Amino acid sequence: MMGLFGDFEEAHDAIADIRRNEVPGLTVDDVTMTSPIEHPEVEEVLGERPVHIQKFTLFGAIFGVVFGFIFLAAAQASFLVQPQGGKPVIALPSNFVLVYEMLIFFAVWLTFFSFIFLSGLLKKRSSLYSEKVSLDQVAIIVEIDESIGESVKGLFEKHKVLEIREEAIR
Amino acid sequence: MTMVTEKDINEQIAWAKINTDVLKSMENPRPAYWVTLAVCIAMVACAVLAEYIQYTVGMGTANLNNPHMWDMYIAAFVFWIGMSHSGTLLSAILHLIHADWRKPIYRFAEAMTTFSLLTAGIFPMIHLGRVWNLYWVLPYVSDRGIWPNFRSPLVWDAFAITTYLTASMLFLFVGMIPDLAICRDNTTGWRKKLYGILALGWVGSDRQWRHFRKIYLLMACFLIPLAVSVHSIVSADFAMSIMPGWHITSFPPYFVAGALYSGCAAIITLFILLRYFFRFEDYMTLPIMEKTAKLTFAIAMVWTYLNLIEFASVWYGHDVYNKELLIAKATGAYAWIFWTMLFCGSILPFALAFRKLRRHMPTMFVVSLFLNLGMFFERWMIVAPTLSMSQEPHQWDIMYGSIIEWAIVFGSFGWFGMLFLIFVKVFPSVSMYEVKEMVFHRKLSAGEEDLARMTDHAKPVTQTTGGGGA
Repeated sequence: MMGLFGDFEEAHDAIADIRRNEVPGLTVDDVTMTSPIEHPEVEEVLGERPVHIQKFTLFGAIFGVVFGFIFLAAAQASFLVQPQGGKPVIALPSNFVLVYEMLIFFAVWLTFFSFIFLSGLLKKRSSLYSEKVSLDQVAIIVEIDESIGESVKGLFEKHKVLEIREEAIR
Repeated sequence: MTMVTEKDINEQIAWAKINTDVLKSMENPRPAYWVTLAVCIAMVACAVLAEYIQYTVGMGTANLNNPHMWDMYIAAFVFWIGMSHSGTLLSAILHLIHADWRKPIYRFAEAMTTFSLLTAGIFPMIHLGRVWNLYWVLPYVSDRGIWPNFRSPLVWDAFAITTYLTASMLFLFVGMIPDLAICRDNTTGWRKKLYGILALGWVGSDRQWRHFRKIYLLMACFLIPLAVSVHSIVSADFAMSIMPGWHITSFPPYFVAGALYSGCAAIITLFILLRYFFRFEDYMTLPIMEKTAKLTFAIAMVWTYLNLIEFASVWYGHDVYNKELLIAKATGAYAWIFWTMLFCGSILPFALAFRKLRRHMPTMFVVSLFLNLGMFFERWMIVAPTLSMSQEPHQWDIMYGSIIEWAIVFGSFGWFGMLFLIFVKVFPSVSMYEVKEMVFHRKLSAGEEDLARMTDHAKPVTQTTGGGGA
């Protein structure tokens, strides 16, 4: 069920009521809020939910350093057949610069891919999506059992919901 | 006396109007937009013709010969790399320090970064002459046993610029995803299909926003050192050599400051153009222009200082080649370029110190163009005089570039302009969701201030005896 609210405060208060168990059988874990702008304040009522992107970033950075160095060293080692003029085959100072670039290159790409994967992008949009959310309204979407539908509607109406939409999931 | 602070943006602006204004800009610009686009395409045509002549006749048409193996093309390359700096770098820095006035202008600034890099990338190819052998620079295993020389700063350039280009494009794209969803929901036809694909299914859920906040922060953190490293590495193309005028310790910060400077000046130019083309007076406001101008002024002073410190260190260093070169720059054949550079780069920015001028768009437009002219001359003064007056006097020569070179450099401005103008017509050049955020938070804090003021008024007046603080 989706309820569309005219402003963030009403949606926030509705979620706060869900958190206070005003509808038995419905918890904040069943709630998703969609909004036209970012509202970090919603975590006060939704609870702090984990974000793991930075782990992928770290992995990308480490991979960039390791792969970068191996790639460069392997390429430089192919110079063995050529005269080096007394210079080292694998030149560390120049490799530091290049490895630094590779660190950022892979860290940024891994961050991007993890963002797409972890934030649930590239999925088919549910029919419970309203284009009004991209304008100025805030939606609360809840996955509920049919038996508590009326109670949830009542809660939404208490907080001046503008529109309610429902979709059956089997 | 009460000091009235002008607001960066009208916080009473309706969110629906923000959507409408920005979406309308992508459909219905002023006729001047089309005229500018046509001029840019004509400039590109000039460059294509010049490149065709250079390709068929040879590099001699560009006057590239010993000792001037590097010339206008490399000066233009450094110029465009520099131009790319302010967009993403300033956007990232201002994001990290929560300077929300960046929100209406960062999108086009980031686009400027991407297209400047794409323009810069063309010059090494043109400069190579034998463009059909371009793939030789790629580090691939071949039967010829040829590998790029990883000790050369030119290879570092390729790594750094590729990384910067991809990171900047991702930063631009990620920042655009919520806006692309708005476009998807409010357009029809091919635009709906395009935005539908690019929006990646964004719905604005709390999960998506939470991850969005994190990725944007992480990318901003990476882009700042990356941008600094890119222009430092470009400076290494020169500083790692032993040529007089190039082998200078202060070159990396000098290049970074110069890059920021020309980028800021370009932001002012494009700010004024977009404000006019798309009727963005409500978003690209005078207070935001003032802040950008003040930032440009500050960077201009840093650049001036770095110039002076370079002159002083050369003068007191008593290296005969460097000193002779410095004197030749100020008094020789390139003196008019040298003094124009200093005038445009160090004297003209003082115009930005005057509020009246900062708020006068035609003046700012002209000033920003001259600032960038100064920065182009700066790059010319880095490349040409050193090659004209290297250690061997028998090689001394004066170089101004052939008409072919000038046509290609001229065309590069058209190329950049064309790409940029197409971008701002297809994609929103003002970030709708971030302007909404800006309005929302400012309205909220204004409400809190009003409440605090009302509470203060409601308090009974009590007399304090002695002591009270300010």
